[in-house]
Amino acid sequence: MRQAIHVTVNGAEHGYEVEPRLLLVHFLRDVLGLTGTHIGCDTGQCGACTVLLDGRAVKSCMVLAVQADGAKISTVEGLATKGELHPIQQAFWEKHGLQCGFCTPGVMMATVCLLADNPTPTDEQIREQLEGNLCRCTGYQNIVAAVRTAGERMRASAAAPAGVPAQARAE
Amino acid sequence: MAVTRLFGSSVKRREDPRLITGRAMYTDDVKLPGMAYMAILRSPYAHARITRLDTSRASKQPGVLAVYTGKDIDGKLNPMPCAWLPKDSDLKVPPYRALALDTVRFTGDGVAAVVATSAYIAHDALDLIDVDYEQLPVVTEQTAAVAAGAPQLHEDAPGNQAMHWRLGGGDVDSAFRDAEVVVRQRIVQQRLVPNAMETRGTVAQWDPGMGELTMYNTSQNPHIARFISSVVTGIPENKIRVIARDVGGGFGSKIPVYPGDMLTAFAARELDRPVKWVETRRENFVATIHGRDHVQEVELAARKDGTVTGLRVKAWANLGAYLSMAAPGVPTWLFGTMVTGCYTIPNFAVDVFGVFTNTTPVDAYRGAGRPEAAFLIERMMDLLAVELKMDPVDLRRKNFISKDAFPYTAASTLQYDSGDYDMTLDKALEAVDYKALRREQEEGRKQGRYLGIGLSTYVEVCGLGPSAAAGAMGFQGGLWEPATVRVLATGKALVYTGTNPHGQGEETTFAQIVGEELGLPIEDIEVIHGDTAQISMGWGTYGSRTTAVGGSAIILAARKVRDKASKLAAHLLEAAPEDIVFDQGRFSVKGSPARAKTIQDIALMANVAWDMPEGMAPGLEESHFYDPVNFTFPFGAHICVVDVDADTGEVHIRRYVAVDDCGLVINPMIVDGQVHGGVAQGIGQALYEGAIYDEGGQLITGSMMDYTVPNSTQIPTIETIRTETPSPVNPLGLKGVGETGTIASTEAVVNAVADALAPFGIHHLEMPMTPERVWRTIEDAKRQSGTTPATPGR
Ligand code: FES
Ligand code: FES
Repeated sequence: MRQAIHVTVNGAEHGYEVEPRLLLVHFLRDVLGLTGTHIGCDTGQCGACTVLLDGRAVKSCMVLAVQADGAKISTVEGLATKGELHPIQQAFWEKHGLQCGFCTPGVMMATVCLLADNPTPTDEQIREQLEGNLCRCTGYQNIVAAVRTAGERMRASAAAPAGVPAQARAE
Repeated sequence: MAVTRLFGSSVKRREDPRLITGRAMYTDDVKLPGMAYMAILRSPYAHARITRLDTSRASKQPGVLAVYTGKDIDGKLNPMPCAWLPKDSDLKVPPYRALALDTVRFTGDGVAAVVATSAYIAHDALDLIDVDYEQLPVVTEQTAAVAAGAPQLHEDAPGNQAMHWRLGGGDVDSAFRDAEVVVRQRIVQQRLVPNAMETRGTVAQWDPGMGELTMYNTSQNPHIARFISSVVTGIPENKIRVIARDVGGGFGSKIPVYPGDMLTAFAARELDRPVKWVETRRENFVATIHGRDHVQEVELAARKDGTVTGLRVKAWANLGAYLSMAAPGVPTWLFGTMVTGCYTIPNFAVDVFGVFTNTTPVDAYRGAGRPEAAFLIERMMDLLAVELKMDPVDLRRKNFISKDAFPYTAASTLQYDSGDYDMTLDKALEAVDYKALRREQEEGRKQGRYLGIGLSTYVEVCGLGPSAAAGAMGFQGGLWEPATVRVLATGKALVYTGTNPHGQGEETTFAQIVGEELGLPIEDIEVIHGDTAQISMGWGTYGSRTTAVGGSAIILAARKVRDKASKLAAHLLEAAPEDIVFDQGRFSVKGSPARAKTIQDIALMANVAWDMPEGMAPGLEESHFYDPVNFTFPFGAHICVVDVDADTGEVHIRRYVAVDDCGLVINPMIVDGQVHGGVAQGIGQALYEGAIYDEGGQLITGSMMDYTVPNSTQIPTIETIRTETPSPVNPLGLKGVGETGTIASTEAVVNAVADALAPFGIHHLEMPMTPERVWRTIEDAKRQSGTTPATPGR
């Protein structure tokens, strides 16, 4: 009744036998121990569980682990590289884009996808794109500022000549 | 004196690195060897007798370790205590059992608990518990619950009345007898669901050898959780450790200890293995406390010139089916004392009826009582302004407590610490260009455009509070805070606080306080909170008290450390103690700056203690137990500018300006963030949120699909302006900021919409002001007046 799956999570390959009904978020948290991805609801509303599945932001409470078979998954634990914060993390820190931090991993993963699709979003576009990520603490204002700042930095470093530090490179 | 550099600067938060890298430790992240999982079967009915409860099928399920019912815990877990018992209120405290014994009283009341080897198995097994219910009549609304013939919830609370509480000052009857004008309004403060993004949960571990219980718990106040847990479980307080390191928001909902927490502890001890219970969101909606839910009848008496002379309030507070831990204090002391707001209203009377209904228990939600009070008085001031055809600005100014009147003793007997209400109002008016807006409003109305300007000039009581006052109010605890500052041999410091910040940023602001005082780099200071084994005592984070009370304890402890360090420096430098000058971490001898020791030198010497002055104890560690001498009174002026589409009922917030004075500011970035979040919650109440029960007592807004937690498109940009009027009641002049936004904003939005719709003869609206409700209000008004304000004038 268990099913074998193979996934690449933050660059590392994993093979597991899982129950077909196991949610991806539980696979990440309970099987792999990647507890940075949070669970805020049971209805796909809050976005706290957002991860990237083959580069697209998905709510991992709405995906079965078996559906992710063969996929590449990125979680918040994979954002920083070699101890250097990702520009999105840096911007959330600088702009006070988080308070309790519970929604933050999901918001940042959604931001990775948002900025990949639209590197120059207006504030309004940021707000529209993050509609599915609820935050009860910040009132969103500093989240918007953080996303805007991250976008600017990632653009600047993408335009910069080779040899820029890894932390400033876009995902 | 050191130059103030850390204090007042927007340093980046020290708690953030672990939060943004996914390395935090929230309760659900705790995984212990052999850990089992608990799920709770909750009543699907709002009021019913359990006629049969058979757990045998569930118990036989592979992986199920235990199933508990109310009978199993009877006599082993005491009922959940109520920790706020207002005196002279005739309060009834019916037993609130962790699992119902024979009667369930709200949808979500606990019926049974399953413990299994996995969370999936535990949840599956809930379906295998056979329960027969005999349904009983249901009442969910408080004014219906107190009416004759209403279904009764508790035998010992006739008429469903949990309490009747009064407060007054002056002579309100004469004020109304002599009044030249009286305005009246029925105000409904709808029920809200706090919805912290992290649901609640507990991981409990029993150590049979030591007879000790460790509880990881989503708590705003671990020491209170320890205290209450010992009362409920019977485990001595000194054998319980509560850990709440990272908590995903609380807003009051994580103050109480809940049945689920106690069941987890019970199961861990019975089974002698760790047990985790984490609420689903659905469960959080029905089983974690709700907030607000008042019906108020309000009357305001005044003279024709706008001088307010009296205020009379009758309020029915829905407390839900049982008394949550602090529930009785919220609609009484935290509400009744603040109804006169920032005005010199000499005569007032408040009558509060606490009412049991078949709903989820109601307790403190951000602001807790004070938003209900601020909304009431700010709404009434606008209604009086309409009645007198006065500008609401002028009416407010006429009644403000003047800035030279502080400290001001209000009719409630509270002593307001400091304030300048005209100043914050001036700043807000200037920021929006009030006069220009009024002109635009007048022009617009001629063309059917409805601009509204809503004012809220608020004051709140915060920095809770003097312990003697807590006792006098019937709070079954203290409100002081301890702090310890310990500087280690390497010059690194540990700072211990009994408050438990969970998003408010005090790991940073407290480090700023200590860094400033001792001249230590902020990176060298660790702030420790959320663990009863490390911190002696504490009353937690709520009531905007963390920085005002906890921070005061810390500065006083840090000053003792500096004092000792200075004496040790004098000894080592062979100088007289009074000749030592301290500047940014250096102790030097007056007149010869080269003769100096750094705080790090001193820390090393104090810790190795090779050369201490006569009579000085080794170590560099000091504690302070701080009990505030008074509450603090943050204040400010918020202005909300809205455009209302009279055809669709849609409210668009054009501008939101928040001028807040929370005393001296340690970290402006964090203060602004608190205001943003608070205002967002207040706007949520005004426009989007509301818990709705159907007649059978089902919470029909029981998920994030049905209950609107505002999203990023629904909250506008908030313009913050800070003013700093020091509070004289604590050593750093702090007032507190955690709740200001919520307390100030809801009425600003409602006042704005009412102002916009004045041409329709609309002066009050119920919340949430959804497009449908606004549209209906407009249509009703049109029908009643029989006219449409085609070219309405003001
Ligand atoms: S936990 Fe997945 S959307 Fe809320
Ligand atoms: S920071 Fe707390 S929910 Fe977003």
